[in-house]
Amino acid sequence: MILGAAEWAIVGLSLKIALWAVILSLPFAIWIATILARRDFRGKGALNILVHLPLVLPPVVTGYVLLVLFGRTGPLGQALDWALGVSLAFRWTGAALAAAIMAFPLMVRAIRLAVEAVDPKLEDAAATLGASRLRVFLTITLPLSLPGIAAGFVLGFAKALGEFGATITFVSNIPGQTQTIPTAIYAFLQVPGQEGAATRLILFSVAISALALILSEALSARMRRKVQG
Amino acid sequence: MSLHIAFTHSFGKASVEMEADLGPGVTAFFGPSGAGKSTALNVIAGLLRPKSGRVTFGDRVLFDSASGVHVPPSKRRIGMVFQEARLFPHMTVERNLTYGAPNKDGVPDMAALLGLEGLLTRQPATLSGGEAQRVALGRALLSKPDILLMDEPLSALDQARKEELLPYFERLRDQSNLPIIYVSHAMDEVARLADRMLLMEQGRVIANGPVDRIFAGEGLDQRHSRKLASTIFAAKVTGHAPEDHLTELRFGATPLWIPGVVGTLGQEMRLRIDARDVMLMTTKPEGTSALNILPVTITEIRPGPSTGALVALDHDGSPLMARITKRSVRNLNLQVGDHVFAMVKSMSVARDG
Repeated sequence: MILGAAEWAIVGLSLKIALWAVILSLPFAIWIATILARRDFRGKGALNILVHLPLVLPPVVTGYVLLVLFGRTGPLGQALDWALGVSLAFRWTGAALAAAIMAFPLMVRAIRLAVEAVDPKLEDAAATLGASRLRVFLTITLPLSLPGIAAGFVLGFAKALGEFGATITFVSNIPGQTQTIPTAIYAFLQVPGQEGAATRLILFSVAISALALILSEALSARMRRKVQG
Repeated sequence: MSLHIAFTHSFGKASVEMEADLGPGVTAFFGPSGAGKSTALNVIAGLLRPKSGRVTFGDRVLFDSASGVHVPPSKRRIGMVFQEARLFPHMTVERNLTYGAPNKDGVPDMAALLGLEGLLTRQPATLSGGEAQRVALGRALLSKPDILLMDEPLSALDQARKEELLPYFERLRDQSNLPIIYVSHAMDEVARLADRMLLMEQGRVIANGPVDRIFAGEGLDQRHSRKLASTIFAAKVTGHAPEDHLTELRFGATPLWIPGVVGTLGQEMRLRIDARDVMLMTTKPEGTSALNILPVTITEIRPGPSTGALVALDHDGSPLMARITKRSVRNLNLQVGDHVFAMVKSMSVARDG
């Protein structure tokens, strides 16, 4: 299946946005998942709800909240612009932020399950051998939950690639800037005579998603074999 | 070394409250499930933070609720071997062994001591239960602990695996100065391995002293002494009878036969004879199938609250315990100072390799 140059650009931008979104949010997702799985503290319930909000809110609402907070006149948007010279609104970076926020709860859920499945008795044993909390995490908890982390990464990537509502609300649908596969498909379907381009993108996104799932299954199985010896 | 431990902790309705000073050698925490033995170990290791109390090792304060001190397990230098081996499944045996060690230097010696030479490149999932537990022991020892805690390390293994591991534990006891706390609910393990024991029940310490004294009933109420009563003693191997699968030991002046061809000539072995397996006769029996008949003198008769009585005996300077019925004491007219004969069934001698 051959895509036109414009369509390749859309695919390339989508992949860039989705990859940046999950790569940058993965460490935070691991961190949040681990403290939700292993620690008890005041406000744990509130944190859990906050993390899961994007999963249950209408995506348009999430996009609007992002626009209010990170827009050119929003408090966080102005702070970022002033401190780092980074602008998010109506830019691909904003699309990455929206995708990351929407993918975050899915990643946290998958990783949390994996961390909870690591036997705390192994962590206790490591501690009696003199390993600090950080070393226990890096050498025991993290490697043993890698299959779940990989699954969370792929799930988050697929979600980020397909994110529509929050993206279009926050950064709009500007060709070459913020137009991703789903927003492009939506735009093509609004104009008569563009069904061909829409269909090609649809088939392409099906292929990418299927490939991602196959990859994650294979990766998970390999890591599980390695972990379980 | 001296470990002082005093704490209270509760789980729902059950509570554990103990205070003890522990010295060098092997100390057993002995008692039924739920006695609080493992709780005590976890408090010592720092894996459980009790409601209140104080734990010190030498001059190091490990836990003190009054001043809020709680040294994390990783800084206590206390090694632990658990009921399940708890090997790290994603690491080879060698990486498990060196996990808590400063370097790999100690691995060859440890592998030789514990018979792990052929296993170093294996993954834990491919090991037998006994092999895994030996690796766990080596891993704990290589972390150079000041004290070793063993939490029922044999209870998850079958009898054959237990017999395979016990000699390693004994070698460890005899060849290192490492203080060991050994939790168990198996009497024979305690008799074989421990020098001292803490008898625990329902979260309380009932007795604390040398193993032979406690098995002899010292400081115990009737109920406990009835359950435990047995004689612990060391005897030298003086001969073997391979054709009959027997080993001769010398207990005082009299030979004692135990099943199996075990030990080497001159080797000292620790034995436990359950008081219920010792019968008393006023005349030397003839034509009996029992192999071990010892001339003894009665030193004490302790009648129990119900059927039985515990009779303390002396055989050529060594103590021996017999548990018989009160009716037998009366019928045979047994008195302190009487010279009688004790019959020990060979099979009842718990041997120590």
